[in-house]
Amino acid sequence: MPALSLREKLEILADAAKYDASCASSGTSRRTALGGRGMGSTEGMGICHSYAPDGRCISLLKILLTNFCQYDCAFCINRRSSSVRRARFTVDEVVRLTLGFYARNYIEGLFLSSGIIRSPDYTMEELVRVARTLREEHDFRGYIHLKTIPDASPELVREAGLYADRLSINIELPSAESLRALAPEKDAGRIEGSMAVLGERIAEARDASRRFAHAPRFAPAGQSTQMIVGADAADDLAILATADGLYRRHAMRRVYYSAYSPIPDASASLPPSPPPLAREHRLYQADWMLRFYGFTLQEIAAAAPGGRLPLEHDPKLAWALRHRDRFPVDVNRAPRELLLRVPGLGPKVVGRILLSRRHRTLRWADLARLVASPAKVKPFVTTPDWRPTALLDTADPLAPPPRQLSLFG
Amino acid sequence: MRRVRLAHPADLEGFRHALRALVAEGTPPAEVLWETGPQEALPLAEAPGLADAPPLAVPRRFAELAEAVVCHSDPARFALLHEAALRLRADRRLLEDRADPLADRLLALEKAVGRDIHKMRAFVRFRELADPEGPHFVAWFEPEHHILRANCGFFIRRFANHRWTILTPEASAHWDGARLHILPGATKADAPGEDPLEALWTGYYRSIFNPARLKVAAMAGEMPKKYWKNLPEAAAIPGLVAAASARTAEMLEAGQPADLAGLAAAAARCTRCPLHGPASRTVFGEGPADARLMLVGEQPGDQEDLEGRPFVGPAGQLLDLCLAEAGIDRARAYVTNAVKHFRFVATGRRRLHQSPDASHIEACRWWLDQELALVRPALVVMLGASAGRALLGRPVTVGRERGRELGLPGGWRGFLTVHPSFLLRIENPEAAAAERARFVADLRAAQALAQARAA
Repeated sequence: MPALSLREKLEILADAAKYDASCASSGTSRRTALGGRGMGSTEGMGICHSYAPDGRCISLLKILLTNFCQYDCAFCINRRSSSVRRARFTVDEVVRLTLGFYARNYIEGLFLSSGIIRSPDYTMEELVRVARTLREEHDFRGYIHLKTIPDASPELVREAGLYADRLSINIELPSAESLRALAPEKDAGRIEGSMAVLGERIAEARDASRRFAHAPRFAPAGQSTQMIVGADAADDLAILATADGLYRRHAMRRVYYSAYSPIPDASASLPPSPPPLAREHRLYQADWMLRFYGFTLQEIAAAAPGGRLPLEHDPKLAWALRHRDRFPVDVNRAPRELLLRVPGLGPKVVGRILLSRRHRTLRWADLARLVASPAKVKPFVTTPDWRPTALLDTADPLAPPPRQLSLFG
Repeated sequence: MRRVRLAHPADLEGFRHALRALVAEGTPPAEVLWETGPQEALPLAEAPGLADAPPLAVPRRFAELAEAVVCHSDPARFALLHEAALRLRADRRLLEDRADPLADRLLALEKAVGRDIHKMRAFVRFRELADPEGPHFVAWFEPEHHILRANCGFFIRRFANHRWTILTPEASAHWDGARLHILPGATKADAPGEDPLEALWTGYYRSIFNPARLKVAAMAGEMPKKYWKNLPEAAAIPGLVAAASARTAEMLEAGQPADLAGLAAAAARCTRCPLHGPASRTVFGEGPADARLMLVGEQPGDQEDLEGRPFVGPAGQLLDLCLAEAGIDRARAYVTNAVKHFRFVATGRRRLHQSPDASHIEACRWWLDQELALVRPALVVMLGASAGRALLGRPVTVGRERGRELGLPGGWRGFLTVHPSFLLRIENPEAAAAERARFVADLRAAQALAQARAA
């Protein structure tokens, strides 16, 4: 086989990495290049340096070290039995690419993952070597996200946390049964075990850094994980229940939902259909409701008949339409918790309402200036000059208008 | 009318000084004419013609707001801030009240500046300048507001240890590794025209894109088109968007292109196996979409490859004759091949036919399955062993299985016979005539079967 050029390797190994949804570069400790030898800074908020036509942000150089893999996970393009082209970067190539891209302001840092070659420890060692070279030889202070191999030894994981801002282990599928069926080499118990270890380390390091200025850091941007949606039969509630558990048990920063993309050469054991993008979007909305809007899993279940979030409108609106007795809400009197339940009002707008109403009684025109889409809010609120009368009682005030059916369709 | 001249368009110090004086002397905002100098100018020690006035007691939030708003390109920005400063004396919490039109407007200006600053941090693209003194990176950027000075801190914190220059139409910033210099504006031609890493970066951009999830509006919302001209990767966008639907069609095993024409168009871009490289084009099947009979050959030959139509070379002409003899109208049958690209070895001026490997047949099977699903023929006539292998999914021996109905995976009915090129290769005329008669008899039998099944 002729040797691949650096560009060919980059294309193969970026192509192989695109099914990982996360590209976050936010929430880590603040650093600058001042007083150092190299370059790089992190200032809390991440920066999206570009956007691909799939609407997703490109913040990090997201690549695999290699897409050779011993595992045979049915949903993964890099599984042993897949016929994709294979390539492998050297540690030095990844380091040079990262620094070259960073100096030109293309990226915030590196997101490095890998197929499993030789052994989990060998693979993890290679990943750590990239991060160590960047940090120690080049004094690189940008963002590093390392994918952690669940079965790697605890010493390697500890070292990874020293260099990386974020560590992640993919849970892959919502239930242990699906994992057994589609990813026979992976084990849900071991994955959760490793997450628990990471969670404890992160919490310990955070405590220590509050007390001692020079405590060793450990993945200051925390851990995240990813779940594939639509590759197995799990319904939305099962997925959210799994996510909710992960948030609670392992202090997860983010659970990413990735609509299963049909991949070239898909395995026969998977449903062949376009990625359920609408479903993925609804899951993110429900995830936000759990984390930022004070909803419980049970409440979301009430808005998801048969375990499925309605696709035609967002889960918060679906919940409101099933709890019409709670509405309309008086914008000038209702407490924060109640305002947060109004479709169309998010935490930011609610904050502004609470501030503004200290100064004045909000009339409809005032409220309309504050919110992003007044029409969405209108049926659910009252102001001194606005009262939704019949709007709330029609079957579905925000449903699309009825369409004449064709006689000859 | 009071004229106040500030050193440069985002001169916060000068504005503060002037504002104190104007408030102290009680000049109403409508009476002030604000003028600004070029952006590279140094701030003046004091605003000319205005006396020093005692500091103005304003809430901290106003100071923050003014710092951003002076960078906005709106000429009314100073007057609006002036008015807010006056109103803040009576109403200290004015800026908390988003429902107030003045507060709302100022906060919107602040937000626009914040966005512009953020987008500049994201979309500045440096190119390396060949320089014997060490690395020097130069960027050309066109901000919407007067944000260059306000944004330099970010680039210093990030790239403190090498030299860089950001050129903009209004002013330029140069970091020499220790100090920042603000210089006059520049043009795009002053920046380096290329950088060797841009090809790698664009390659990365193309590969990280997932064509199954095309969302162009979401992309353009976050990365507005006005920035594209200075982003090396943006040149790839139109091509990626245009190809995305075709690429998804290939990726979707069950994605049914609506008709044969769409399928043929998608197949024209097929790169599922290496044969697409040397061949001149994809030779797709042809015939009516409601054909009862489907004829599947092996692969296009030299002439088919040049013309882009199946069965037009010597074997195709012989097939036409035999079909006519068997009473089959070729125009009413769907004619295609197991492999859609010509495989050959080039010897001198000729391209010698080479049979496809199992891997080529396997790669092309996807197209054959799509053709079957769209045409839904009553019978598939497999001409030769390659066609048999493609449709039966196993190696076949034509002599052993020809001439009878066979069940195909997927529930289709099949019928195996020889490939017409086999007849062309027989040298003994008698044997050739006998084989040809046998081939015509097979075709006739197939036609009868198809009619019986369709009836």
